[in-house]
Amino acid sequence: MSDVRGGAAQPTLVVEGLKTHFFTEAGVVKSVDGVDLSVSRGEILGLVGESGSGKSVTGFSILGLIDQPGRIVGGSVKLNGEELTTASPKRLRSLRGDRIAMIFQDPMMTLNPVLKIETQMIETLQAHIKIGHAEARARARDALGRVGIPSPEERLDSYPHQFSGGMRQRVAIAIALLHGPDLIIADEPTTALDVTIQAQILSEVQTLCRETGTALIWITHDLAIISGLADRVAVMYAGRIVETGAIAEVVSNPRHPYTYGLIGSVPSRNKRGQRLTQIPGMTPSFLSLPQGCAFAPRCPNADAKCLEMPELSPCPSAAHRARCFHPMPEGAEA
Amino acid sequence: MSEAMRKPETNGAPPVISVRGIDMVFLKKAPGVLDGLARRAGLPRPEPVGVHALDGVDLDVMKGEVVGLVGESGCGKSTLGRVIAGILDPTAGTFRFHGREMSEMSPQERYRAKVAVQMIFQDPFASLNPRKRVIDIIGEAPVVHGIVPKAEISDYVDEIMLKCGIDPAFKQRFPHQFSGGQRQRIGIARALAVKPQFLVCDESVAALDVSIQAQVINLFMDLRRDFDLTYLFISHDLGVVEHIADRVVIMYLGRVVETAPTAELYANPRHPYTQALLANMPRISTEKQAFGQIKGEIPSPLNPPSGCHFHPRCPFAFDRCVAERPRLITKAPGIAAACHLLEEAAR
Repeated sequence: MSDVRGGAAQPTLVVEGLKTHFFTEAGVVKSVDGVDLSVSRGEILGLVGESGSGKSVTGFSILGLIDQPGRIVGGSVKLNGEELTTASPKRLRSLRGDRIAMIFQDPMMTLNPVLKIETQMIETLQAHIKIGHAEARARARDALGRVGIPSPEERLDSYPHQFSGGMRQRVAIAIALLHGPDLIIADEPTTALDVTIQAQILSEVQTLCRETGTALIWITHDLAIISGLADRVAVMYAGRIVETGAIAEVVSNPRHPYTYGLIGSVPSRNKRGQRLTQIPGMTPSFLSLPQGCAFAPRCPNADAKCLEMPELSPCPSAAHRARCFHPMPEGAEA
Repeated sequence: MSEAMRKPETNGAPPVISVRGIDMVFLKKAPGVLDGLARRAGLPRPEPVGVHALDGVDLDVMKGEVVGLVGESGCGKSTLGRVIAGILDPTAGTFRFHGREMSEMSPQERYRAKVAVQMIFQDPFASLNPRKRVIDIIGEAPVVHGIVPKAEISDYVDEIMLKCGIDPAFKQRFPHQFSGGQRQRIGIARALAVKPQFLVCDESVAALDVSIQAQVINLFMDLRRDFDLTYLFISHDLGVVEHIADRVVIMYLGRVVETAPTAELYANPRHPYTQALLANMPRISTEKQAFGQIKGEIPSPLNPPSGCHFHPRCPFAFDRCVAERPRLITKAPGIAAACHLLEEAAR
């Protein structure tokens, strides 16, 4: 697994050849089919893809949160060198919320509507460490203060419905940060928020990762957010990573035709009034994936060779790799 | 699109849509019988509590123009769209269609004016009747309004579907058999079927994936050319609006705070709120972005701040902002902003 940083330190998380399949009545849905990722201390990795690309299932698989009829059928997930795919449910339980935390799109999903914020935060603390009530309350208060919630002492006694959407998401982030996890997986956490509130949360997350050295995987469909936030990016399409590299490198020099099309479809200043590049067709169904490269039917460069599955290969260097036989020429402006 | 296409031809013609001083108050509780009796008897009753969703909004949309209406949740942009589409009756204000006030029109004219303004909604899953076939969803309104005879409806629906990029072979299908992007196209086809002049698009591309969103934005631009349409394009996405609109109107808590031609607004924002929005807009770049220059939350429209609604979050606020509501000051033709700083600077 090549790490962009190429650092001597071991990456916090290493995912290799991860496969998560769902065995439905209609057939086997290969939502995640051979995904490799790594993320190091203090690094932000953006995982970008459209609906149904398998980006969220990748996140859930890392935490071992795949329910029937789904199953991790192959690959490995190593957190600080410890294998998670074969870990016991008890061990996973002790890791989740302590070493790995997750932030979801809808904070109402993570917060219990009938319990005070205080109760929920203290519960999270006491699930993993022996701590008295007063001390736990103090830590909860500090955590709320750190994510920018005004008068945290009073807000501890509030219920989730008394918070606005942005504040609820901050509470969810505060809970995720309680134990100082090594890894946070954030699944579209700002998608439901307004622009100014989203910006506040992005800025706080950036600072917190830098200060605490937490590794972060930010799952989103929005390349624009990732380009301003992440260090590295991995683009997913139909269950596989099709391009990965340092964010500036991928954005300025996309090599996979899908990434190229995706960047071209984002409306922006320099394309005002012109037609947007559109990727023809739509994301294929997992039940009837085309043979070989899943993007081939929508791809302008596809030919007979694309009936085979290309490897994620250096393009041009090991730090920037794309899964394509006919990558876009270097320096092609999207 | 050529430069000439983008310039709306006015030729002194009145705007297609012109609203003045639109107020929209949603009461928490409708006035009851007791309130009515008390008012007649001259007795004091508590003031009804209401949300002032729109507070004296003026807006003109010229023929062929695309006006982008931008704001965050609760700013009243959807309410304004609904008032213009004729779905909501405003509490106060005037509404002119091609220069004629609605109340001056004959019932027949008013009916025609209403059909000429159509709306396209955000959620392609909620806005189509799941129990109707596509041919009925698109074909019902033109038959009811007498635009197309019933015998010819099948061919007419084929034509509209082709224009919107859906295969007419699918017209006997139900909405659930389509993807999100295709459903949005069906919603657009339904609106176009009654031959409107004016489309209100309320967050019409917000629910779509990026690559599908690009397809639908391109479709909007093609239809504008083919059918000579005028749009009010409501969105929270500054990137989409920058791409599609000729002129942008920024709203905050029920009031228009700034309006300007698109290039001018993005290059030279005058209101501190617009400046904050633009600074915090995520854009694709090779550099890390500094987010979060604006503090605080959007206040509740139930209890808006005094004076300028933006003053609690504004980095430049001074005492006048707390006390006095800023007027919309025209700085140049087509460019206006509501901020005391502009007035102070002019002094």
